[in-house]
Amino acid sequence: MAQNGPANGQFIIDNKDAGVFKVSRQAFVDDTILAQEKRKVFDRCWLYVGHESEVAKNGDFVTRNIADRNLIFNRDRGGKVNVFYNTCTHRGAFVCREKEGNSRRFQCFYHGWVFSDEGNLIEVPGRDSYCAHFNEDGSSNLARVERLDSYRGLYFINFDKNAGSLHDYLGGVREYIDLVVDQGEAGMEIVGGTQQYSINANWKLLTENSIDGYHAATTHATYMDYLANTAGSLAAVGMGGGGRQLGNGHAAIEYSAPWGRPVAQWVPAWGDQGKKDIEDIKAFLTEKYGQERAERIASMNRNILVFPNLVINDIMAITFRTFFPQAPGKMHVNAWAVAPIGESEAFRERRLFNFLEFLGPGGFATPDDIEALEMCQRGYKNVEAVGWNDISKGVIRDQPGTNDELQMRAFWRQWNALMTVQEAAE
Amino acid sequence: MSQTAKIANVRELSRHDFEDFLYEEAAMLDEWRLNDWLDLFTDDAQYMVPSTNCAEDATPANALFYIADNRFRLGERVVRLSKKTAHAEWPRSKTRHMVHNVRIRSVEGDEYAVTCNFVTYRTKNDQTETYLGHHEYKIVSSPDGLRIREKKSVLDLDTIRQQGKISIII
Repeated sequence: MAQNGPANGQFIIDNKDAGVFKVSRQAFVDDTILAQEKRKVFDRCWLYVGHESEVAKNGDFVTRNIADRNLIFNRDRGGKVNVFYNTCTHRGAFVCREKEGNSRRFQCFYHGWVFSDEGNLIEVPGRDSYCAHFNEDGSSNLARVERLDSYRGLYFINFDKNAGSLHDYLGGVREYIDLVVDQGEAGMEIVGGTQQYSINANWKLLTENSIDGYHAATTHATYMDYLANTAGSLAAVGMGGGGRQLGNGHAAIEYSAPWGRPVAQWVPAWGDQGKKDIEDIKAFLTEKYGQERAERIASMNRNILVFPNLVINDIMAITFRTFFPQAPGKMHVNAWAVAPIGESEAFRERRLFNFLEFLGPGGFATPDDIEALEMCQRGYKNVEAVGWNDISKGVIRDQPGTNDELQMRAFWRQWNALMTVQEAAE
Repeated sequence: MSQTAKIANVRELSRHDFEDFLYEEAAMLDEWRLNDWLDLFTDDAQYMVPSTNCAEDATPANALFYIADNRFRLGERVVRLSKKTAHAEWPRSKTRHMVHNVRIRSVEGDEYAVTCNFVTYRTKNDQTETYLGHHEYKIVSSPDGLRIREKKSVLDLDTIRQQGKISIII
């Protein structure tokens, strides 16, 4: 480790009394730290794999790359959701080469082995050349990911077969997932089209950025200008709220903001019909959840981190975003738009229009986030001279605001705790 | 433009007219003359870059695109890109827009459906990114010359992981 590197084997300096919270910049640049992260974080935590709406019908499948594994996420003929490793048990080739589709079988073209959508090996050319007991124990069926579970339509996997339950893992962040999922009377769905991009920066920088209220005024100055220029784009609502740590590294900021929310904050640009529609949505929410909760669902914005790498932003639109490291200074990002099933065409269109003005690598904001993160990563070339990031904003407050950094400290404390666990084999 | 306008008024437009028009558009983008570029669009124009995995007939109303601007937001995009606070494009990147295989696909009244292949290079921070695909235009012949009513840039890419983002006009 370089000088200025982790002190006493810790990657963070966490001293509330002194008002200090620092993170070692080695955490962003070091190959050995990335290798440890893969074992201690990504191989131990529950990771988002996909949404139930992506495999709505029996036979539906999508392929996913999760923490360097190539996986098939499908719903089989019996309606059961599975996640298989996408590799033939014979010689290893992909058994599924399409990104998505509907199929009752997956065939490896190399030697022609065929697996059912339930993972069973059902055809082996030249079967009579194998021993009579071949695959009686099922060991040549498609391999399943060690653990699979879901919460409110969100499917998660865990590569650690001894991991605790998803329910316990999510813990305090379930309250926030509920506030998003409850927006759909008939549930939520992923809208077609995925933004699949990359950032030349460490993955943890996007974790921080996704729940960072502090950077908006300067990084997103042009977006703020755009809102101010756009007639009818603003509701008479100020920015205000706070950050919370939710346990297990999960965190959220929750706040009011002046932009329009399809569920459910009206802005003048949506017209009289839009106003009536918003009132109908609010009436449904109030009837189902009561005044207070309905108001919170409809009017408050949420940037939610499900540790370590699922971000749910419920702002002017809803996005699910995951990201995985490819190298210390490179991550791949996937972003989906999420919406209530059965939403009116007008609101779906407004939602997607809203989404693109702020979010995504072609939007008015995300490209500048990407530039900021990449400039941080370049700045870390100076790690020998300047070795620590400051994450202490709001540490002196009892109730930190959205522009403070409590939610980032929640992430870093959990990350540090996992990374400094001594493994038996070490 | 005036030359093109004259031609437009006297005869059916040929591929050469659209090649000249699209080469001029490419030059405006490469020279960062974005206000001139914006003037090429009609008041009801749309500019779109679909995501790479959405259905061929997907629209911005039912699928997540990378970019889907109406004329107002396209104007705001130009305003944004003209500011130093558009951090992704300041200092400005160098771009080179290559336009090929220009074809008139159909004509309906004053509106021409024109397609072309493209390769756009963007260089910034010592890196060069390559965008490739085809543009689908709806171009109207007006008394002021040719104007773009719709530009849809369809990427022939599986993802934009190699490019990272789309902070320029491709």
